[in-house]
Amino acid sequence: MRLSVDHVTKYSYDQPVRGVVQSHRLTPSAFEGQTVLDWQIEVSDGTPGGQFRDGAGDRIQSWSVQGPVTEITVRVRGTVETVDLAGMLKGHRETVKPEVYLRETKATWADPGLVALAAAVEGAANPLDAAHRLSGAVADAITYSPGVTEAQTTAAEALAQGAGVCQDHAHALIAVARHCDIPARYVSGYLCADAEGAPHEAAHAWAELFVPGLGWIGFDPANRCCPDARYIRLGSGLDAQDAAPIRGIARGPGAETMLVTVSVAPGQSRSSGEGPSSGQSQSQTQQ
Amino acid sequence: MLSRTADNLYWIARYMERADIAARLLEVGSRITLLPSAHGYRSEWDSLLQSSGTADGFARKYGDPVQRNLESWLFFDRDNPSSVASCITAARENGRIVRTALTSQVWDALNTAFQELRQLERTPRSELELSRLTDWVMRHAAMVRGAIDATLLRDDGYNFLNIGYYLERGDNTARLMDVKYYVLLPSLDLVGSGIDNYQWITLLRAMGAQRAFHWAYGGEVTAAKIADFLILNPQSPRAIITCVAGMNNHLGRLAKAYGRSTRAQAKAAAMLAELETTNVEAIFDEGLHEFLSRFIGESAELGTLIHEGYLSGDVR
Amino acid sequence: MRRALFSPKGGCLTDLNKNPEQDRGVVQVTDYFNEMYQNGAVRPPYARLEDWMRTMPAEFRQMKQAEAEALFRRIGITFAVYGEGGDPDRLIPFDMFPRVFTGQEWAKLERGIKQRARALNAFLVDVYGRGEIVKAGRIPARLVYQNEAYEKAVVGFVPPKGVYSHIVGIDLVRTGPEDFFVLEDNCRTPSGVSYMLENREIMMRMFPDLFRENRIQPVDSYSERLRRTLASVAPAKCKGEPRIAILTPGHFNSAYYEHSFLADLMGVELVEGQDLFVEGEYVYMRTTEGPKRVDVIYRRIDDAFIDPLCFRPDSMLGVPGLMDVYRSGGVSICSAPGAGVADDKAVYTFVPEMVRFYLGEEPILNNVPTWQCNKADDLKYVLDKLPELVVKEVHGSGGYGMLVGPKASKAEIETFRAKIEADPDNYIAQPTLALSTTPTFVAEGIAPRHVDLRPYCLVGEQIDLVPGGLTRVALTEGSLVVNSSQGGGVKDTWVLAE
Repeated sequence: MRLSVDHVTKYSYDQPVRGVVQSHRLTPSAFEGQTVLDWQIEVSDGTPGGQFRDGAGDRIQSWSVQGPVTEITVRVRGTVETVDLAGMLKGHRETVKPEVYLRETKATWADPGLVALAAAVEGAANPLDAAHRLSGAVADAITYSPGVTEAQTTAAEALAQGAGVCQDHAHALIAVARHCDIPARYVSGYLCADAEGAPHEAAHAWAELFVPGLGWIGFDPANRCCPDARYIRLGSGLDAQDAAPIRGIARGPGAETMLVTVSVAPGQSRSSGEGPSSGQSQSQTQQ
Repeated sequence: MLSRTADNLYWIARYMERADIAARLLEVGSRITLLPSAHGYRSEWDSLLQSSGTADGFARKYGDPVQRNLESWLFFDRDNPSSVASCITAARENGRIVRTALTSQVWDALNTAFQELRQLERTPRSELELSRLTDWVMRHAAMVRGAIDATLLRDDGYNFLNIGYYLERGDNTARLMDVKYYVLLPSLDLVGSGIDNYQWITLLRAMGAQRAFHWAYGGEVTAAKIADFLILNPQSPRAIITCVAGMNNHLGRLAKAYGRSTRAQAKAAAMLAELETTNVEAIFDEGLHEFLSRFIGESAELGTLIHEGYLSGDVR
Repeated sequence: MRRALFSPKGGCLTDLNKNPEQDRGVVQVTDYFNEMYQNGAVRPPYARLEDWMRTMPAEFRQMKQAEAEALFRRIGITFAVYGEGGDPDRLIPFDMFPRVFTGQEWAKLERGIKQRARALNAFLVDVYGRGEIVKAGRIPARLVYQNEAYEKAVVGFVPPKGVYSHIVGIDLVRTGPEDFFVLEDNCRTPSGVSYMLENREIMMRMFPDLFRENRIQPVDSYSERLRRTLASVAPAKCKGEPRIAILTPGHFNSAYYEHSFLADLMGVELVEGQDLFVEGEYVYMRTTEGPKRVDVIYRRIDDAFIDPLCFRPDSMLGVPGLMDVYRSGGVSICSAPGAGVADDKAVYTFVPEMVRFYLGEEPILNNVPTWQCNKADDLKYVLDKLPELVVKEVHGSGGYGMLVGPKASKAEIETFRAKIEADPDNYIAQPTLALSTTPTFVAEGIAPRHVDLRPYCLVGEQIDLVPGGLTRVALTEGSLVVNSSQGGGVKDTWVLAE
C-alpha cells in the first residue's frame, strides 16, 4: 500500500524565543514492512544538526533554530510503500536488548489494577497467545474516547477511568506485558484512516511486545489489531515520552502553543508529479 | 572568556563600588542629622535613601527614618540588596565562582572582607561605632581595588572589572547629585544660600571630594563649580566624565583585543563626546535635573548594551 | 577493639565452617595490619619517618598543624569528598603523617588497578554493544539491562577510542603486607583528586626536608596527564587542538572547588550547563567574543542532568540537544553517559569475572567477598550474621544508608534488619574488613588509625596512573569509617622511588 503523509507541527510563542533545539524521530523505520519512496523534513529557520541511527534502530535528526523567533513550523512530507506483516518487525536492525524494555517508567507503572488486568495471561498457550490476550484485555478495559486523558496520564490512571486514546492503550499494554516479564515498548507512527472511517488518530501510537522466536510484534489495542499496511512506524521508546517524534526546548520566557495537523492517505509519490493526494484523508488538530 | 565569567567579574566590581557608596551615604546621612536643616533630618535621610533607590524598601520595613534603623538598613540588612552586607557577600560569591580568574591577592581581599563582615555581624551593635563601620567598608573597598590594580593580568577580565567599577560609580555620582539637587533645591534661587552651601558641601563629603574640590577651585562654593567638578572635571575621580572616559578606555581595549566593536563602544564614545564639548552653563540651561536624568538613562542603556554585547552569552 | 574480621589469606571472619561461606575464607582475626610496624620492627618504607616522628617536638607539630589548616582555608579547599554533601565551607581534617608505599608495592597495585580499569571499560563497550558477557552467562542480563544506570540512549554508540570511563577511581583497602581488596569502583566522576594534589603541595611546603631525605615520586603531573587523556578522546570531527571544558553543576556544589581547581591547572574553561548550547552539529560555549566550539566535556554532573531532551525533561539543568551532538560524533563526554552501570554495587561482584572474560587474565586485585541479599541463601546468612557484617545499599554512597554491624547497637541492627527484609534487592553485605592502620597525629600524640586508598586511573588512548592517590583516615579511635562526613580525614600518600 502506498501512503502519503503530510504532518505539520506549528509552535507559536507569545514572546520571541532563542536557541530552540529539537530532536526528531520523524523518519520511517527501515524494515521489511515499509519502504520510503520519498521523505522530507523541513524546519522553518532551522539548521540541521547531527543525525544518526540509535541503538533501537531509529533515525534521529537534531535541529536548531538560533532565533529570536515567535513561530516554528516542522513539516514532514513523504510517501511510504507498506506491506502487511501482521505486526512483525521483520528485518529491523537494532542493538538494544529486549530485556532493556522490562524497565518500569512512571507512565507504565503497573498499579494493582493493571496487575489484576495482567491475569488475562493465565492459561495462554504460548508467548504469542499471551501477548494477544493482554492486548485484548487492554482493549476491553479502556474504551477509545478522545479528550478524557492528557499527555501526562499514566497507564494506571487511564485504566481507572476506563477510557483513553491510543497512547493510553499502548501504555496500559506495556505495563501489563512488563508485569508478565514480556519486554514491551511504545511505538509512535502514522495510521491511514480506513474506508469505514473508524475513529482513530492519524498520528498514532501502539505497543510492541517481544516474543521469543518471532521478535518484536506490534499490537494496537485501540484498534484491536496488529499493525498492517495502513501503519507507518517511526520509532520506539520505553513510553510515550521516550518515543516522542519531536522533543524540543526553547530558551526564553514565551509561553508555547502547539498546533498539529496530520494527514495520512493512500496516494501517489509526490515525485510522480501528482498534486495533493486524493482519497480519504484525515486531519486532526490538537492544542 | 566565558560570558558568565565576564559577568561575574563585572558584578564583583559593581557590588564593591555599591558597598562603598552605601557606606558613604551612611556617613553623610549621620553627619546631616547632627546639624540643623531646612527640612529636618528626615527629609535629608529620605533623599539619601532615594538616591540609593531603596527608600521604598526601607519605609516598608522600618517606617520612620530613625538613625539606628538606617544604620541597620544601609549596613547590615540582607533585605536591602544595596546594603553593605548584601553587596560584600554578593561580591565575594561572584569572586568564589570565578576564583581562578582572580589572583590570590584579589581573592584574599574579597574573602577577608567577607570573613570580617561575618565577625561584625556577630558583634553586639552597641560595640560598633558608625565611623568604624564606614571606615571599614572604605578600607576593604580600597584593598580590593588595589589588589586588582596591582596584581591582575591586563586581560579582558580586567577590562570587565573596570567597566563595572566606572559604570556603577558614574551612575551613583549622578544619582547623588540628582537627589540633592532635585529634592533639596526645588528652586534655583536658593543656590548660594547658606543652607544650600551646606548641603552641597555634604554632597562633596559623601564623595570624599571636599578637600579635592577646594584644591581644584578655591574660593566660594557655588553650584556651578560643584556641578563642573562632579560632572565635567576629568581630575575628579568620581566625576561623570572620568567614569565615562574610563568606560571608553576599557571598552576600547576590549574592541582592540577582540578585533571588533559592539554598539557599547559607539554609545560610550557618544556619551564622552558630549561631555567633552559641553559646559556647565549648557547643563544648567538644559536643567541639572534633566541633564542628570538623561545621563542616568544613557548609563543604563550602556549597561544594557554591554550586557548584550559581551555578558549575556548571546553574543554572535 | 578486636572483632570478627575478614582478612584474605586464610585470615578472617568468624564462625565459618557452617556453610555457603566456607569458600570465602572466613577466619578469626586477632590483629590489624599496621603499615609502619610489624613484629615490633619498622617496615622499610617508613624507616626514615620513624626518626622524623620521634624527634618532632610537640609544639612544632602543633605549629605545623595550625599552619596546614590555615593554608587549606586560605586556598579555600573546603569540600566534601565523594559527593557526601554537607557544609560547603567545611574543612576536611588533614593529617600530616604521610602514608607510604614502596615502589614494589605500588608496582603491583598499579598493575592491578590498570587491569581493572581496562576490564571495566571492556565491559562497558560490550554491554552497550553485543553483550557477549551476558550471552556467555557470566553476568545476569537483568543486572545489566534493567540497571538504573544502563542508558538505552547510548546503545550502539561507541565513544572515541572505545573508552567510557576516563577517570576510574578504585577504592582499595589493605589487610596485610600483600593483601589489597577493592571496596568499590567509581567509573562516573570520582572526586577527591584535588586533595591528592593539595595534600602533596602542602606537605612539600611545610616539610621540604622530608622530600629531600625520601625519594618520593611526584604526583603533580596528574593535571597534565588528565588533559592529555581528555584530549586523546576528542571526536573524529575535531580537527586541531581540541577545546576541553569541565562541566560543573555550579558553585553551590560541594565539589566546586575541585572543579575549578582542575580547570585552572589544566588551563581549560569551567562551564555550567547554561554556558553551553547546541547549534547544528556542535556544542558551543558562550563567550564574550561569541560562540566557541567545545570538543571534549569532562562532566562532573550526573547522567540525569546532561540533556533535558534525552534524560530528564523536567530538568532545566544540562544542555538541550547535547546527547544528539554526542551520539553523532560532534563532542566527547567524559565519562560517557551510562558508564555508571559498571560501578554499580551489584555489578561489582562480577568485576573479577570481567577481568577473566575480556582480558583472559587472573585478577591481580581481589574483591571483598559479597553477599547479595536478593539471593535467598545469601539473605539468610546476612540476616543471621548482621552484627558481624557491613551492609550497604546497592545504590548508596558516602557511608550513608550503611550498617557496620560490629559498631552498631542492637536497636540499630534490628532497624536495619527490617529494612533489608522489606527490600532485599537493595542491599549487599560484606565482612567487616580489618583495614590496615598507619600512624596518625592525634591529640595524645601519635596513634594507629584505619585508612583506605583511592588512586585515580586515567584511561584514554593510553592508560595512565600517577604514583599516589587519596588516603582517607578514620580519625576516631577504632573507627573503620573513613568518610569525611563521619569523622574522616585525609593524608598525603607517598610512593617511594626504587
